[in-house]
Amino acid sequence: MKRRHLLQAGLALGTTPALWAANLPSKAQVVVIGGGYGGATAAKYVRLLSNYKINVLLIEPNTSFISCPMSNLVIGGSKNLSDLTTSYDALNSKHGITVVKDKVTAIDPQKKTVALQNGASIGYDKLVLSPGVDMMFDTIEGLQAANASGHILQAWKAGAETLALRKQLQAMPDGGVYALTVPEAPYRCPPGPYERASQVAYYFKQAKPKSKVLILDANPDVTSKAGLFKKFWSDNYKDIIEYRPNHKVTSVNSSTMNINFDVQEPVKADVLNVLPAMRAGAIAVQTGLATANNRWCGINYQTFESTVAKDIHILGDAILAAPAMPKSAHMANSHAKVAAAAIVAQISGLDINDTPFLTNTCYSYVSDKLVVHVASVHQYNTEEKTYKTVPGSGGLSSEANALEGTYAWNWAQNIWADSLL
Amino acid sequence: MQSKSHTVTLAGLLLGLLSLHSFAQDKAPESKALHARANAAMCANCHGSEGRTVKDSSVPSIAGLPRDYMVQQMQAFKDGSRPATIMHQITKGLTEAQIASMADYFAALPR
Repeated sequence: MKRRHLLQAGLALGTTPALWAANLPSKAQVVVIGGGYGGATAAKYVRLLSNYKINVLLIEPNTSFISCPMSNLVIGGSKNLSDLTTSYDALNSKHGITVVKDKVTAIDPQKKTVALQNGASIGYDKLVLSPGVDMMFDTIEGLQAANASGHILQAWKAGAETLALRKQLQAMPDGGVYALTVPEAPYRCPPGPYERASQVAYYFKQAKPKSKVLILDANPDVTSKAGLFKKFWSDNYKDIIEYRPNHKVTSVNSSTMNINFDVQEPVKADVLNVLPAMRAGAIAVQTGLATANNRWCGINYQTFESTVAKDIHILGDAILAAPAMPKSAHMANSHAKVAAAAIVAQISGLDINDTPFLTNTCYSYVSDKLVVHVASVHQYNTEEKTYKTVPGSGGLSSEANALEGTYAWNWAQNIWADSLL
Repeated sequence: MQSKSHTVTLAGLLLGLLSLHSFAQDKAPESKALHARANAAMCANCHGSEGRTVKDSSVPSIAGLPRDYMVQQMQAFKDGSRPATIMHQITKGLTEAQIASMADYFAALPR
């Protein structure tokens, strides 16, 4: 495609031509797909760790970054979406990364090229793929259509659906029922559904005290911070939250507002928030990289390189996680740094770190100010070629507390800056 | 003639191996520095890129802290003598070598 055509295509798509057409090279040493916690961090850290010697191009369809962590606070009403939004501009202006606002339609691992929706093709020496998750709507009968029509939301990717769910809750009469279904683990953000239930209960307690939050969990118990959540619910939301385990959704009906389960009785509610099973983003699946059950991408944990495609490094929620490794934002940011270091080492002819480690911290707000956390450290085990948590390390909050509420918001500010600024 | 050319080739090969050896030696400190920097980046999620937090952060910046002070504080978190919400749990997962390497890295940065 000629530059003139690219420029025209850029104008037609309404993108900023200066951003991509004028600067769009036919090749970059490192191409990053996806500007979430994994991809944005990897792009920045390849630049930092190479002392700005390796050129990086980031492809991301969204205009700005909207954080999933903290987005439950928007649903609960104590934060706005703008509080969680960060521009991609600094990655370009401060770190010299070419940021392309587009979507990747195909990856050719043999030719080492990626094809963009606008028709351009970009070559790479190293590809970082951080595609996030896709919702498997087709695993629940009726959900695809109900979601497309806006009747039944997931709001598991922060943005328009987050605001739409907030509106549904605001429109619900006092005395109504909000039902949240949780898919079988693994899924993005293990404590996320329970934080969301807490946030909705917090909102109901202030604004609609006769209303109910019904958690319908496909798992046999709360999958993360179970003791902390349950204690807080029984102390603070006793008459609001009801938790029901072993509820696996089979179908939904948006006309009758019913959820049907494989074994349990159907449930009717005023607001249905149905989270289907998830898997690696479509581009990973389509490229044949989702080696585990056609859902998650197998990787070499020392470098995050795909087990089936050389020079493609996969990060974040899309990977087949090592034992006890949650699909979290903090984890994706940590993955990105290990992968970026491995990529810089490989391109520069340096040794790859044989003792990398990852940290994880995950804060959940149970009200507008009180927070519980889980933390872990994952050391790479050279013999077993996987990450293992260190015995005695990591752990939970002793109870929900306001000090960690302050730390949680600071965590968000700092990780956004670390990933994007 | 033939043996001379072999000698020349052998000499070239030796020279090549020698320079490869010195090349590898030269790269060792660079590799080590890269790994130290990437390991230290594990702190950045909370303590900011290169140890500098955002403005008004209640989590402190750690860039430019004295090396021995950092090691001492990390040990104090680890043995419980310094109370914490989370650092006691994180430090228990780190090796002494990793703690020392992080302290060296951040101590060398400007505040």
